[in-house]
Amino acid sequence: MATTHETTSHEEFKKHLGKYYVVFVALLCLTAITVGVSYLHLNRPLAITVALIIACVKAGMVAAVFMHLLDERKVIYAVLILTVAFFFLVLFLPMFTIVEGSTV
Amino acid sequence: MAEASPYAADALIPHTVEPHPVTGIPNGKLGIWLFLASEVMLFGALFSTYVVIRTTAPHWPPEGGLSSEILNVPLATVNTAVLITSSITMVLSWASLKMQNLPRFRLWLGSTIALAFVFLVIKYFEYTHKFELGHYPSHDNFYAVYFTLTGLHGVHVIGGIIVNTFLLTAGSRMWATEPERFTNRIENAGLYWHFVELVWIFLFPSLYLL
Repeated sequence: MATTHETTSHEEFKKHLGKYYVVFVALLCLTAITVGVSYLHLNRPLAITVALIIACVKAGMVAAVFMHLLDERKVIYAVLILTVAFFFLVLFLPMFTIVEGSTV
Repeated sequence: MAEASPYAADALIPHTVEPHPVTGIPNGKLGIWLFLASEVMLFGALFSTYVVIRTTAPHWPPEGGLSSEILNVPLATVNTAVLITSSITMVLSWASLKMQNLPRFRLWLGSTIALAFVFLVIKYFEYTHKFELGHYPSHDNFYAVYFTLTGLHGVHVIGGIIVNTFLLTAGSRMWATEPERFTNRIENAGLYWHFVELVWIFLFPSLYLL
């Protein structure tokens, strides 16, 4: 019985392996797109927007699939929500201190 | 009489395999996520500094031209592919343990370590080329940001190599006695390694391409 059960779970697990390869190929393709777009020399705000969107999609795929966040416990989500909130705080708070025309 | 175990029952770390009743996950997993949260703040603070320095600079890079002309985009693109590949080999090493396949685990984790070395070698060539041109971190703000962010990231790659090498060699002895605990260790090492890849996903476009 135990052997049958183990074999079944292994077979089920193997099905999950496919999504790792899909994400791997998608990450390589998105990297190629990011580099390709940079050669178009778009104006800076548009270039930054496109690059950040692609980077966020890539990061989302790594976090969701490789780091198993799609199927994770609430406590991890709670930690991450708090982390993201403080990340944006530390990212944008200094922006308010920038005075027009000032240089660092 | 049996020899006294160095691991007395009261000295055992609880919830290494079975989930903690409050969190629903093993303690190690919560620990690695809290560590990664602190890492997000470390890189976040430096990234924030980069944004402030860059948005207030009259021109970026200060010496003129484009970041993509100053830094080696083809090498960095190869390095990005190397890190992405090392991420999938890392997750496959964990998956191999889930399928009770230790030789396959060794193959994938060994590949992860090898790819991490490839990343560092490519980075070494990038750095030495900059040094030959006399472009040290003190050259200007662009190089200060570049060396600080990629340097800290490189230190994390070295950290990953050390941990993964331990888990591949001496650390893997745990597989014989506590396979589930060892599998959890590989998952946690993987979470760290994917985070290192995640940081690079943002560093590559923001330093090299924009």
